[in-house]
Amino acid sequence: MSDNQVLVRVEGLKKHFPITRGILIQRQVGAVRAVDGITFDIYRRETLGLVGESGCGKTTAGRTILQLYRPTAGRVFFNGVDLTGLKGNELRRMRQRMQMIFQDPYASLNPRMTIARIISEPLRVHKLATPQEQIERVQELLRLVRLNPRFINRYPHEFSGGQRQRIGIARAIASNPDFIVCDEPISALDVSIQAQVVNLLEDLQDQLGLTYLFIAHDLSMVRHICDRVAVMYLGQIVELAEKDELYDHPLHPYTQALLSAVPVPDPKVERRRNRIILEGDVPSPINPPSGCRFHTRCARAQELCSQQEPAWREVGGGHFVACHLV
Amino acid sequence: MATLLEVRDLTTRFHTLDGVVHAVNGISYTLEEGQTLGIVGESGCGKSASVLSVMRLIPEPPGKIAAGQVIYRGQDLLKLNESQMQHIRGKEIAMVFQDPMTSLNPVLTIGRQISEALIVHMGMTQKQAYQRTLELLNMVGIPQADSRYGDYPHQFSGGMRQRVMIAMALACMPSILIADEPTTALDVTIQAQIIDLVKTLRDRLGMAVIWITHDLGIIAGLAEKVIVMYAGFIVERGDVDDIYDDPRHPYTLALLKSLPRVDRSSKERLATIPGLPPDLLSLPPGCPFAPRCAYVIERCRQENPRLEIVDSHHEIACWVDVGTGRER
Repeated sequence: MSDNQVLVRVEGLKKHFPITRGILIQRQVGAVRAVDGITFDIYRRETLGLVGESGCGKTTAGRTILQLYRPTAGRVFFNGVDLTGLKGNELRRMRQRMQMIFQDPYASLNPRMTIARIISEPLRVHKLATPQEQIERVQELLRLVRLNPRFINRYPHEFSGGQRQRIGIARAIASNPDFIVCDEPISALDVSIQAQVVNLLEDLQDQLGLTYLFIAHDLSMVRHICDRVAVMYLGQIVELAEKDELYDHPLHPYTQALLSAVPVPDPKVERRRNRIILEGDVPSPINPPSGCRFHTRCARAQELCSQQEPAWREVGGGHFVACHLV
Repeated sequence: MATLLEVRDLTTRFHTLDGVVHAVNGISYTLEEGQTLGIVGESGCGKSASVLSVMRLIPEPPGKIAAGQVIYRGQDLLKLNESQMQHIRGKEIAMVFQDPMTSLNPVLTIGRQISEALIVHMGMTQKQAYQRTLELLNMVGIPQADSRYGDYPHQFSGGMRQRVMIAMALACMPSILIADEPTTALDVTIQAQIIDLVKTLRDRLGMAVIWITHDLGIIAGLAEKVIVMYAGFIVERGDVDDIYDDPRHPYTLALLKSLPRVDRSSKERLATIPGLPPDLLSLPPGCPFAPRCAYVIERCRQENPRLEIVDSHHEIACWVDVGTGRER
């Protein structure tokens, strides 16, 4: 699917949220290091999965790439243009080509707007269509996401969760973007509805030539939909590879534990499986562990792991990992 | 094995301003001592309402247990008054809920919340209850139990809070533990910890477990018996291997096909179930799954099939044989 042309290049991206104290005179006493130096490329027309536990910084990473949060350090190139240096109109012009689909289909649609207004908002913001054209475009978009075009004057509460997610998708593709960040687009939906939305995302990718960054914690669905997968832990990427390579030959102990924890809907397989049970919880990103951030929960950790941060390196065939033991 | 709990024709409705919601529609099942029963289904299928009815925790009004019996060790729980029921809840049958933050009291320390059950149900003194609470916290894997005794729920992480809930549920050594999606709000690595904990405790204490979830993966590794629910009905029931290897109800079949698997590469499109689950305010006259079913025949739209045995220990509510596609 990917023709190895880089669409989005992320270089050393960091996003720290300041922690301040004091009411009148605020001073910074620390920082939440939500994203702490991530580097990867996203190829044109591919789906890159970004997985990890809650609080690992995957959503912040997605938002920082789109410049919804301005990065603390590092750069993001979109089609060769450095987004981190752009402001105002220039940035807005680029935003037309990068959109986002949100997790919660109930919170991400304004309940007081008709769906015609919701879906046509990107067209108005970017001045892409006259009012008459907007209506035609909205009808076309509704057909694309397989909703009845006659629904355009209805309000979000009249739709089910799966239908609302389709409305969110229609809004995201309204301005003809190249790149969409899908932030947990199916995790709020029922099992029987998830497959419908995933198939729709795949069809739209083929029809419109879209590139996706697919942020999710459902590792089974990520294996299905993605071409390559990156695993995040405490603000950093620990492993990245082509999906079957990553799932069949995980190298990082965290990836191994994460994959072994996912239940398989097959009792015979479940009985045979060796589960790696991680101890404890994810440490705080305010004060992350020294050296390798995973060493506090890693069964194979050695002295070196707590002292020195492992380098991010390629072990061959586009398989990247950051671990001293590999 | 002796039967511990028998649910017969349980029917629960909610009387709302929009009309009557048919949440649970005449379901029957049994649970044996030490057995683990999985109840699977999507949101709104009545899986939670059915166990809340067993616990008599349905808010009345608007809810109403309209019919049925819940026989626990020979007595019908639906006939007990509230104070008799309080002796059952927590002591005989305990429950762990999905969201530990809303089911723990935020203004009481977790030590106090656990020891309260011990004082009320087991008649322990403060001191005995304190000792026992520490034991329980240790048992569910909370480190430094004596220093965490005085902590409030917000000082715990999601996984730790769920451990506190389990400690509380196990305080009086119940014979049945009902777990209502206890890991849905948790990450997979923490989910694996909690499932591992429940399995260990189940085997050590010989409890029966009813585990409710929408995740067919969890049930595969945990349960012996499985019930699949749809629109308030049991549509399929059987031993765990039969349900996964040889699903006979079109809904179970479609659900299993629509799931991608972490242990397999998939190049094909996911199979989907078209449409939406039915509105429980106005169920169609026939089989509730008929409008979405790939095997639908004329009879399905008129008559709702009853749960019938198709094989030893394997029952389905369907007119069609999914092997041949014709009426059974």
